[in-house]
Amino acid sequence: MENLDALTSDALQAIEQAQDIPGLEQLRVQYLGKKGSLTDLLKGLGKLDSSERPQAGASINAAKGKVQDALEARKLTLSAEAAASQQIAEAVDVTLPGRRQSAGGLHPVTRTLQRIESIFTSAGFDVVQGPEIEDDYHNFEALNIPAHHPARAMHDTFYFDSGLLLRTHTSTVQVRVMEKGEAPFRFICPGRVYRCDSDLTHTPMFHQVEGMLVDENATMADLKGLLVEFLQVFFEADLDVRFRPSYFPFTEPSAEMDVQCVSCKGEGCRVCSQTGWLEVGGCGMVHPNVLRSSNVDPEKYTGFAFGMGVDRLAMLRYQINDLRLLFDNDLRFLRQFSEGQGI
Amino acid sequence: MQFSESWLREWVNPDIDTDTLVAQLTMAGLEVDSVSAAAQDFSGVIIAEVQGVEAHPDADKLRVCQVFNGTEVHQVVCGATNVAAGQKIAYATVGAVLGKDFKIKKARLRGVESFGMICSAEELGLAEQSDGIMVLPADAEPGTDIRKFLSLDDTLIEVDLTPNRGDCLSIAGIAREVGVLNNIPVSSPVIEDVPAQINETFPIALQNPEHCPRYLGRVLRNINQNVTSPRWLQERLRRSGIKSIDPVVDVTNLVLMELGQPMHAFDYEKLDGGINVRLAQNKEKLTLLDGKEVELNQDTLLIADANKSLAIAGVMGGLDSSVQAYTRHIFLESAFFTPQCIAGVARSYGLQTDAAHRFERGVDFDLPRRAMERATALLLDIVGGEAGPVIEAVQSLPEARTVSLRAERISRILGISMSADQVEAILTGLGLVLIGKDADSWTFSVPSWRFDIAIEEDLVEELARIFGYDNLPVTEPLSRFSLKPQVEAKVGLPAIRERLTALGYQEVITYSFVDKKLELLLGADEEQLLPLANPISQDMSVMRTSLWPGLLATLQYNHHRQQNRVRIFESGLVFSNINNEIEQKPKVASILWGSQFPEQWGEQGASVDFFNMKGDLESLLGLTLEQNSFAFVADSHPSLQPGQTARIDRDGKTIGWIGALSLQAQQHIDINGKVYLMELDLESVGGARLPVYQELSRFPSVRRDLAVIVDVVQEVGEIQAAIREKAGELLSGSVIFDVYQGQNIEKTKKSLAIGLTFQHPSRTLTDEEINAIINNCIKVLEAQFNAELRM
Repeated sequence: MENLDALTSDALQAIEQAQDIPGLEQLRVQYLGKKGSLTDLLKGLGKLDSSERPQAGASINAAKGKVQDALEARKLTLSAEAAASQQIAEAVDVTLPGRRQSAGGLHPVTRTLQRIESIFTSAGFDVVQGPEIEDDYHNFEALNIPAHHPARAMHDTFYFDSGLLLRTHTSTVQVRVMEKGEAPFRFICPGRVYRCDSDLTHTPMFHQVEGMLVDENATMADLKGLLVEFLQVFFEADLDVRFRPSYFPFTEPSAEMDVQCVSCKGEGCRVCSQTGWLEVGGCGMVHPNVLRSSNVDPEKYTGFAFGMGVDRLAMLRYQINDLRLLFDNDLRFLRQFSEGQGI
Repeated sequence: MQFSESWLREWVNPDIDTDTLVAQLTMAGLEVDSVSAAAQDFSGVIIAEVQGVEAHPDADKLRVCQVFNGTEVHQVVCGATNVAAGQKIAYATVGAVLGKDFKIKKARLRGVESFGMICSAEELGLAEQSDGIMVLPADAEPGTDIRKFLSLDDTLIEVDLTPNRGDCLSIAGIAREVGVLNNIPVSSPVIEDVPAQINETFPIALQNPEHCPRYLGRVLRNINQNVTSPRWLQERLRRSGIKSIDPVVDVTNLVLMELGQPMHAFDYEKLDGGINVRLAQNKEKLTLLDGKEVELNQDTLLIADANKSLAIAGVMGGLDSSVQAYTRHIFLESAFFTPQCIAGVARSYGLQTDAAHRFERGVDFDLPRRAMERATALLLDIVGGEAGPVIEAVQSLPEARTVSLRAERISRILGISMSADQVEAILTGLGLVLIGKDADSWTFSVPSWRFDIAIEEDLVEELARIFGYDNLPVTEPLSRFSLKPQVEAKVGLPAIRERLTALGYQEVITYSFVDKKLELLLGADEEQLLPLANPISQDMSVMRTSLWPGLLATLQYNHHRQQNRVRIFESGLVFSNINNEIEQKPKVASILWGSQFPEQWGEQGASVDFFNMKGDLESLLGLTLEQNSFAFVADSHPSLQPGQTARIDRDGKTIGWIGALSLQAQQHIDINGKVYLMELDLESVGGARLPVYQELSRFPSVRRDLAVIVDVVQEVGEIQAAIREKAGELLSGSVIFDVYQGQNIEKTKKSLAIGLTFQHPSRTLTDEEINAIINNCIKVLEAQFNAELRM
C-alpha cells in the first residue's frame, strides 16, 4: 500500500500532461482498466489481513475516484481545445459572396397583371383569355362599332390582308365569353392588345385588362364602388378617384376614370402634367346592343365593363418614367424587379 | 376644338371663374385638353395716333414719327414702311415689357432719339408673321391699353370631344352645355333673314336625297374682294386656331365655329346649269382645293353642276370652282349631308377637314338656313354685293326621334332615383322636348342636333352627365357567393413561370410581330407566315411563329449592353397560317447563354451546354409529376444545330424542341458562345398527375455500380430503358454517374458508369437476388448493345 500515493500522483501527473483524447484513453486503461494498476491494487486486497482490508479498500477507491475525476476533467478540457482548433481551422470569411444560380424574376407587367388578377379573383371574378388575331365582328361590330364609325378612327388597327386584325382592345373577350356562357357574368380578361402607333408614349403592343360584371342588379354606383376599391387596393393608398363622362360605343353611360396622382397625391407634378389626376381607364354600363348581340336580355340583366392600361398601372406603381423600357427588356432594368440592384 | 372663353361668355356667362368652367366642361364629358392665354404676356402697350412721319436724316429705312398717346406727343423711330400719319397704332411705351427679356427703353437710333416702339401684330404674338406695323381701326382711342382694346386678356380653351358629341363642335353647342350645367339661359346672337336684293336663283337637284336631304344655295353678286377681313373676325378665327385667308373663307369659317354649320362658296361664274347633288360616276376625277387630283369612288357623294363635278360633298371643294381673288360673284352652299354618307369618305381619300369631321359626327339638319342668313349678313357687311333669295331643295329629311324613359330604369342603371322635376329640367334644358308622360315614364323628342340619342340608356347617360358622375353614390356590388372549380392536376402558366424564375430565368415581354428575315433565317415556312398589311416597320412586319425570334433579339440587345450571361424566358401566343386557318397557340420558351453560374470566386466559369438547358427543362416538366411521359428524341429543326437538337414528345405527340442555335443563325446575331433554346407547347405541358402517396420502404436499399463500354453513338437513353425493363420492380433508382471517352478507351467507344439502387418494400434484399438481377442486366446489355463489362 505504500506505493498507492506514488501511483496516484503519477497518474494525476500523466493525466494532466495528456495531449489528446486517445492518450487520455490509454491512461484510463493503464490505471483504471481491467488490468490497470489501481484495479490491480484492489485485486490485491484479498491478501491483506481482514482487519486492514476496509481501510485499504477505502483508500484505493478514493484514489480511483480522484483519477477518474481527473480523467473526466482533462477530457473536457481536451475536447474544448480540439473544438476550438477545429473551429479556427474551419473559419470562413462570411463577407465573401455566396455560391448560387442567379435569381430570375417576372417582368413588371406580369407582376402587375398577377396583382390585378389576384385582387379580382379574391372578389369572385374569373380570369379568361381570348385570341389576339380577331375578326372585325368581335373587335368592332359586336361592340356596337359599325364600319365607318368615327370611333374606329380612335383605334389605329393593324390589319392582315384577309381582313382579320390584331385586337385593339381586350373588350373583344366580353363578347366571346357572353356568347358561350349564361348570365350572370363576373370576369376579367388580361392580355396583349395592338395599335398601329409608336412614339414616346405609345408602343404598338401594350396590355389591357378588361373586366365585366353582368347581373340582375348591377348599377353604375356599383361600378364606381368596385373600381374605387380596386384602385385603392392596387396602390395601397387612400386615393381619390373621379369618373368623367366619356364615350365608348359599347357602354352607355360611359366614363373615363382618373385616379389622384400617386406621385404628388393630387398636388400637381410632372407625372400628372400638373393636373393632379391620372387617367387609368375607361368604363361604363354595358350597352344593351352588346348584351343583345350576346343573347343576354337587357331587361333582365344590367352590367358594367371596364378596361385599364396595365402598362400604365405598372409604370405608376413602380415609378417607371419611360414606357419603352417595358419592351426593351434590358436585363439591368428587369433585374430591378427580381433581385434588386446588386452592388 | 379650340375656342375663346370671351366668345363663349358672349353666349352664356355663368358666374364662375375660368378654372371652374374648365373643370365643369371636363366633368360633363367635354374634356378640356389645354387652357392657354389668348395673347402672350406683355404690358405697357397702348393705342396712339401717328401725327407725323418724317424721313430719318441718316437712314433710308427708318422713319421718325410723332405719336400722340392721348396726353402728350412722343418721338418714335420706326422701321416699317407702312407707317403713315393719321394711323392708330399699338405703341409700346418706354418701360413696356414685350417678352421675357424684351424691355422697351429710351434709345438712340442713328443719332435720333426714340421713346418706345410701334408694334407689329407679330411682335405682340397676335400673328405668326407680319408685314409692317399693326394698324388699328380709326375709332381706337389713344391712351387705351391695347390688351383691353383687343380683349387680349382672354383664355383659349381646347376641348377634346368624343365622336358622339358632334353637336358641341361650335360655340353654340358648348354654350348650350354650359347653360344647362349652370342652369342659366343662353343668348345667341340675333340672326335676321337677309332680304333678297336681286332675284337671281340657281336650280338645285337632289339625286340622292337619302344622302343629302337638304341643300340651300344663294347667289351673291358683285362682291368686292379687295378688302381684308376686319380685325375682330381675324382675331376670332385666330383664337379658334383657324388661319385667316380671305373674307369669304373667313366668314364661312366663322359660321362653322359659331354655329357648327360647314359651308362652302363657289365661284358662281364657273357653274353651269344648276347644282346637282349626286353620287360619283365610275372613275370620275376631280382636282381638289389642295391641288390634288383624286379618282372618285362610286359611293362618294358629289356636288356637281350640269357638266362636271365641283366638290366632294361635305369634305372638300374642287379647285376649279373655288373662290379666287378675281371672283366677282359667288354661290354659297349650306347643306345637310347624312353622317352615314360622309363617314369614312375623307379618310378614304387621305383627307382630314373640319367639314368632314363635323358631318360624319352629325350636323343639325335644321341649321343650314340660319347659317346661310348669318353668313350672308356678314359677307354683305364685309365684301358688299347683292344677295339673291335663299334657294332650298329638301327631300326626305330625317324624322325627329322620340325616346321613352322609365323612372325604374334610371335607378336600375345609375343606382339612384331622380325626381320627375329633375329629369325634366335636365333633358329639356338639353333641348329635348317632353311630348308625353305618365306616372313612371316620359317620352321625349330628340333635337335635330343630337345624333347620339336614340335609346333609353342615352337619356340615362344625359341625366348622369348633368347630375354629375361624381355625385352618383359609390356602392359595393352584390356578390354571389359561390366557389369556383379548381383543377389541381394541371400545370398552369403561373406554376411554369414560378419554376423558371426559380431556375434563374428572367421573364421578358417582346412584341408579337417580328422581323421577317429573322423568322426565315430560323426556318419558318414562308407560306405559314402572317404578314401585317400595315406594319410599323420592316422589323415588326410578320407575326411570330415562335417565341425564339423575340428572345434572340433580346439576347442580342443585352449582349450589346455588355451583359455576358443571359437566361430569359417568355410566354405568349405564336401565330401561323395553316392552309388559311389561323393558328394561335400559347407557348413558353427560354434561352440560355453564357456561363453556367454568375461569376464567383469559387466557380470555374464553365459555359452552359445542352445539358444545362435539358436539366432546367426536366425540372420544368417535373411539375407534371409525369416525367416519364416525356421523351427526348434526337431530331433536326431548322433553327437548331444538328447533333444538338432534340424533339420533345409526350405520349407520342411532339410538344416542343430543345437544342443549340443553328450555326447560321448564330452568325447572323453575331454572338460568341453557344446559345441554347427550348420551346414548349403550353397546353401540352398542362396535363399533370395528382400526387398519390406511395408506401415508403423501411428496409435498406442496396446500390450496385456497373461500368460498360459501348459504341460512342449508342444512346444512353436506350440502355437505361433496357435496364429499367430488365431490372423490374425492385429497381428503385438509376443514375448515370460517368460518361468517359479518351485514354484507355477505343476511339469509337465510350465508357458508361451506371449506379443502380434496389429496394424491396417489405423485406431486406439478399445478395443472391441482386446478383441475379445484375447478371440479367449485363446479359441484356451485351446482347442488345454489344456492351463490354469494364472491370
